[in-house]
Amino acid sequence: MKRWRRHLSTLLMLGLMLPVLLFIYAPIAWLVLSSISTRAELLAVPPHWIPEHPTLKNYRDILIPGTAVSEVARTFSVTLRNSFIVAGSTTLICLVTGSLAGYALARLRLPFRNALFMGILGVRMVPEISLVVPLYIIAARLALLNKPIVLIITYLSFALPFAIWMLSTFFESVPRELEDAALIDGSSRLGTLFRVVLPVAAPGIVSTALFTFLLAWDEFFFALIFTSTIAAKTVPVAIAEFTGRYAVDITAMMTGGVLAALPPVLLALVFQRYIVSGLSAGAIKG
Amino acid sequence: MAQATVRPPKTVSLLQFEIREGVLFLLPAVVLIFGITLFPILFTFVLSFTDTPLSNPSPQNFVGVSNYLVFLRSAQFWQAIWRTLYFTVVSVGAELLLGLGIALLIHARPPGWAFLRTSLIIPWAVPTIVNGALWRWIYNADYGALNGLLYSLGLIERYRPWLTEPMRALNLVIVADIWHSVPFIALILQAALATLPLELDEAAAVDGANAWQRFWFIRLPLLRPAILVALVIRTVEAFRVFDIIYVITQGGPAFGTVTISYLTYLESFSYGRLGSGAALSFLITLFTLFMALAYVRLLYRPEVQG
Repeated sequence: MKRWRRHLSTLLMLGLMLPVLLFIYAPIAWLVLSSISTRAELLAVPPHWIPEHPTLKNYRDILIPGTAVSEVARTFSVTLRNSFIVAGSTTLICLVTGSLAGYALARLRLPFRNALFMGILGVRMVPEISLVVPLYIIAARLALLNKPIVLIITYLSFALPFAIWMLSTFFESVPRELEDAALIDGSSRLGTLFRVVLPVAAPGIVSTALFTFLLAWDEFFFALIFTSTIAAKTVPVAIAEFTGRYAVDITAMMTGGVLAALPPVLLALVFQRYIVSGLSAGAIKG
Repeated sequence: MAQATVRPPKTVSLLQFEIREGVLFLLPAVVLIFGITLFPILFTFVLSFTDTPLSNPSPQNFVGVSNYLVFLRSAQFWQAIWRTLYFTVVSVGAELLLGLGIALLIHARPPGWAFLRTSLIIPWAVPTIVNGALWRWIYNADYGALNGLLYSLGLIERYRPWLTEPMRALNLVIVADIWHSVPFIALILQAALATLPLELDEAAAVDGANAWQRFWFIRLPLLRPAILVALVIRTVEAFRVFDIIYVITQGGPAFGTVTISYLTYLESFSYGRLGSGAALSFLITLFTLFMALAYVRLLYRPEVQG
């Protein structure tokens, strides 16, 4: 009787899981299928759900410049490169300056330490729209518009407070005894941080790097306002342009979508463990 | 060095040394954060009292509080506020319920739970703009998958435009947001569930409490801090929603999905009125600071020094 009930509840849970999985995967499937369909099959009524003539032509059009396609499609691979440069640099700067600051906040006895901590937490919440007008004015004055550097700097506004917060959470969990031993042996603070704390907190560093990269990769608003040429335009802006300026170039948009989603999705899946632990550390103090 | 000859009381010098090091360690980050957030916020505040145009972006004539007054008297502003609140309450509410449900489902460890947890990561990691573009394509009036699906199932007789009616467009944008954000809440809550002490739950079970009672009286109260944190983060995010609206509806139909962030964007960069755009963004900042305060109080409990 009891076993029968357990089977029933397992069945019920599987029944609940099915619609959740369907809701997750149906749009993903449609994104990928759209990217390997010909326009004719996609625009059929109703659409061919499974393409009869699957093709990689859309990918070729977008990745190999020179073919007769729209300007956004032709320059898409450049925007991919821009996104990598911007997100990579942002992540690097955040890790270096964030490690120093996060360590100081986690370990050193400082006046105003609590106030600083709260300030950083608060800054993390400030929306981009609150900063965009002055940043635009300053960037225009300094002739920084349409350069990757303007995005790298402005992305620090949300990425750096986040990185500091996360790193300091991880540093706090490093056993103090390890550091004390190094310090007593005459190692400087900086040396201790690099030789003792960072290696022990390596999983936390990976986690922080992942989240920072994903945040920067995902960013759209600053990129939309500060860049309009392919010198610095990032992938999200290119994808938005498929829908905007041109009559919807649907296959290119979906193909671009797959390409834009691949780096973050693959990173997140490969480093899944770090994502799950990072979500709890970054959001909930562990 | 003085240190070698006259040795000052050790604790004091160590503390001073630590402070000096701390300042050096913090300096790069604090300078950056001040330069790119606090200074711009103050700048925004100043700009909001001027009529600076986009075409000549240096602070112009002082116009007092008139930028604020114009908005407080305009129907467009209040409609945008209302829409933003509707978007925030409905999307975050739905996301919380679904996310909690999914987290509990994962926690019950049915066969395939690990696959479900991994699957959640995908929509979470898909960039917001791709998410928007995808749903825009699904909702397409002439060729969209929503039309195709309903038509194939025989639920509609001909294709329909889905985004031509303001309220429906807003709700469909909410669906896209839910797809993207439920995983975030579900993943946070399932991680929190995994850390809960099981003794209470087991004790209650022994005492004859049923599953519902154990959930309502034991797990839910223990989950409260995690739920609150997820709630505050999502509320702040939803309140500033811009990206998916930009891609799916461009604020349309007939300004029907213009939220407060979108209105600020239009004001500043489409109509080129940086001054009144600054006034709007300052109002958003105030709201966010209020929420941030709640967030800080939830998250940060000062520890005893030492």
